[in-house]
Amino acid sequence: MTRLDPKIPAGELNGKWERHKADIRLVNPSNKRKYEVIVVGAGLAGASAAASLAEMGYAVSTFVFHDSPRRAHSIAAQGGINAAKNYQNDGDSVHRLFYDTIKGGDYRSREANVHRLAEVSAGIIDQCVAQGVPFAREYGGLLANRSFGGAQVSRTFYARGQTGQQLLLGAYSALSRNVASGGIKLHTQCEMLDLVVVGGHAKGIIVRDLVTGKVTRHAADVVVLATGGYGNVFNLSTYARGSNATAIWRAYKRGACFANPCFTQIHPTCIPVTGDYQSKLTLMSESLRNDGRIWVPKRKEDRLKPPASIAEADRDYYLERIYPSFGNLCPRDVASRAAKRVCDEGRGVGETGLGVYLDFAEAIGRLGEDKVRERYGNLFDIYREITNENAYHQPMRIFPAVHYTMGGLWVDYDLMSNVPGLFVLGEANFSDHGANRLGASALMQGLADGYFVLPYTVGGYLATQKPGSRPSTDGAEFAQAEENVTGMTNRLLSVRGKEPVSHFHKRLGHLLWHYCGMARNREGLEKALVEIPALREEFWSNVNVPGSGDSLNQSLEKAGRVADFLELGELMCRDALAREESCGCHFREEYQYPDGECKRDDENFAHVAAWEYSGVGKAPVRNVEPLHYEAVKMSVRNYK
Amino acid sequence: MNTKTFSVTVRIWRQPGPGKPGKFVDYAVPGVNPDMSFLEMLDVLNDILTLKGEEPVAFAHDCREGICGTCSLVIDGKPHGPNHGVASCQTYMRSYRDGDVIVVEPFRARPFPVIKDLITDRSAFDTIQQAGGFITARTGSAPEANAAPIPKDVADLAMDAAQCIGCGACVAACKNSSAMLFVASKVSHLGLLPQGQPERDRRVLAMVSTMDGLGFGSCTNQYECSAACPKAISHDFIARMNRDYIVASLRSAFTPGPSGGGEA
Repeated sequence: MTRLDPKIPAGELNGKWERHKADIRLVNPSNKRKYEVIVVGAGLAGASAAASLAEMGYAVSTFVFHDSPRRAHSIAAQGGINAAKNYQNDGDSVHRLFYDTIKGGDYRSREANVHRLAEVSAGIIDQCVAQGVPFAREYGGLLANRSFGGAQVSRTFYARGQTGQQLLLGAYSALSRNVASGGIKLHTQCEMLDLVVVGGHAKGIIVRDLVTGKVTRHAADVVVLATGGYGNVFNLSTYARGSNATAIWRAYKRGACFANPCFTQIHPTCIPVTGDYQSKLTLMSESLRNDGRIWVPKRKEDRLKPPASIAEADRDYYLERIYPSFGNLCPRDVASRAAKRVCDEGRGVGETGLGVYLDFAEAIGRLGEDKVRERYGNLFDIYREITNENAYHQPMRIFPAVHYTMGGLWVDYDLMSNVPGLFVLGEANFSDHGANRLGASALMQGLADGYFVLPYTVGGYLATQKPGSRPSTDGAEFAQAEENVTGMTNRLLSVRGKEPVSHFHKRLGHLLWHYCGMARNREGLEKALVEIPALREEFWSNVNVPGSGDSLNQSLEKAGRVADFLELGELMCRDALAREESCGCHFREEYQYPDGECKRDDENFAHVAAWEYSGVGKAPVRNVEPLHYEAVKMSVRNYK
Repeated sequence: MNTKTFSVTVRIWRQPGPGKPGKFVDYAVPGVNPDMSFLEMLDVLNDILTLKGEEPVAFAHDCREGICGTCSLVIDGKPHGPNHGVASCQTYMRSYRDGDVIVVEPFRARPFPVIKDLITDRSAFDTIQQAGGFITARTGSAPEANAAPIPKDVADLAMDAAQCIGCGACVAACKNSSAMLFVASKVSHLGLLPQGQPERDRRVLAMVSTMDGLGFGSCTNQYECSAACPKAISHDFIARMNRDYIVASLRSAFTPGPSGGGEA
């Protein structure tokens, strides 16, 4: 059992971060270049961290599995980034952003981390504008804002429907500048396959070059993982196909605790599934809920009728009806569950019955088609490409889909895991979103971690490590980790079974979607805990991975990632089973109010569950970090 | 949901490795659904090949929603396929009919060598970016975001240019393998903004000379680049970059050399 000390600075919530920054030990400028920092991943968190650390003088090595750091999946974020700038004069403040995030997360996140996130949010916008991020502007030349779910203020900054792209290109340009100046050594198409722990500290990684197949050892004074979320465990999700859990999963197997693995966000507005061949689901940005109205027919019999033929009085704008004060802009978990409920009642639209309408007729009447096109044009275009339907003339059909994981490696206030020297940033950690993330907060957290948190806190650790004390890659720990990697590659290649990797990934996805998706219950989870290990066994005896390990082999890459998902999926179900309450995204059918809302159990479950690996075939240990709320009172979330 | 399926033949470029000889191989793909994406059709083919004990076709892909710039197929001679303003991953099988023979190749350009099958090495774009595609704004040194207002039309135009996804279709489409549209989009995005002014000359000179050094060709105004661009970025930005380049060249020619004092 590991004792998890979040190391939250003492004193008033308001001044914690400022005081902590003043207390953190510093590294002398001339010593900084003697420290090697490995950063894995170059999304918003990884690229911003690598650039910032290189500017400070550290010797940074960045590893990405993509062919260019600009392709990390942060690029696909559409809607926007939150910041407590209060440019709209609508009553926003650090406290309000903090409070909305804590409440949105259904009181399962750490107060001190979330407050810091809100504090640094404004600086992120300044930094991005200075880099040339072309945020949307008003005619007067000042920055524009829009609203996102779970907030009653307008604090979201955006660049058309491509905010993630523009923020990432900003961070990528900073990274590129530091590559040119020699501050960052860039390794593309290199996948981290193991963490090397020496004397209890993270001191290196093992990497496979995806083009040559060569496996190499890399030592560092500190290892930073910014490798994103693990939603692809569900197979169908809004993630990029390459997004994976391998880096954090292998770190878990080296001792890093995995926190709240069952907290996965199901986003309410995605394009519905059409067929078995489907490889991914596409998000329709939450920003659409600013102007679009969500509805289904009041009567089951109307569900296949053309939407235009259904009279206004026969439509159920169920979010506006149930949640009048937040309406269509209620948080994601609430909106997704409501969509599931109306579809379960048989009122879902489209052939599969798994869909609801997102309707712009009212907005087009109010604003005109041109204005709607200016705001959301690229999203309407994406919708048309995929569905062959024109959403200016008929409502979009949408359905919830896996979109983000709030769970991730456990980190303390300094973003360091329980393995000293291993820092985890962005979606890869668990820190800020509790049981549900608010829209436009993922970009905020990724950049906060990389630009404004890690650059301070990493020094606190490095100051305890003598310059030049980094171990050699010839050590036994490196050799053992390398053997582990090549052993797994050889095992995958030697099965030569009858089914492609995709077969197992699809089946795992089905199991998790049904038993550990939008609604969970004991019976289903127990069933999944029998079926997933059986599927894993079948994978290892019947998977077919063609080709060899000494050149580019996409089947082999996929096989390694799916092998990890088959283990992680089981841990998610274990976590969901152990958390006998409903909170945020985690809806246990046994624990609900008569109106179907989440029934939390603060007495027994106001904590973070951080799972600790105990070896092959052994049950992992469930460690607990209690959550204390000083500045906010825990209450039943109410968006009505 | 479409239930009517059909069959196509894909004629795919197979090449085992860099510098090795390649060839076209025909594969039949049955059970194609019109709502399938082109890449999902290739997924189906790859599962068929795997089950037959053959090596699947290597192709680059990731986000599958047209924004990461990874996918890079030349379909029937056109980078990113038959439809305007989309990436390969946003090409759907409803563009094809039963019995069609579809030719699939990698992006062809000397600076983009083939790694395997349909995957090319496009790291030259990163090299150009590193030469000057940035505004130097050290973390923590930024002024208040609203301190410098930017007229909406200027910000919008910068965003038009900034949309580039770095896929390289512009290079593949150009008979000269010119990277002018890629470079122009970055030069214009940053050069239009007030924040980009201090490094404007330096940026365009460095990026253009790096582009030339990597073996990309010149622009001869055919505009195939814009036609193939999945974000439909206008070739007008190339003219804009040329103007910037000339001004920067002239200015740098007249900059006095170091005089006595200089930097300490």
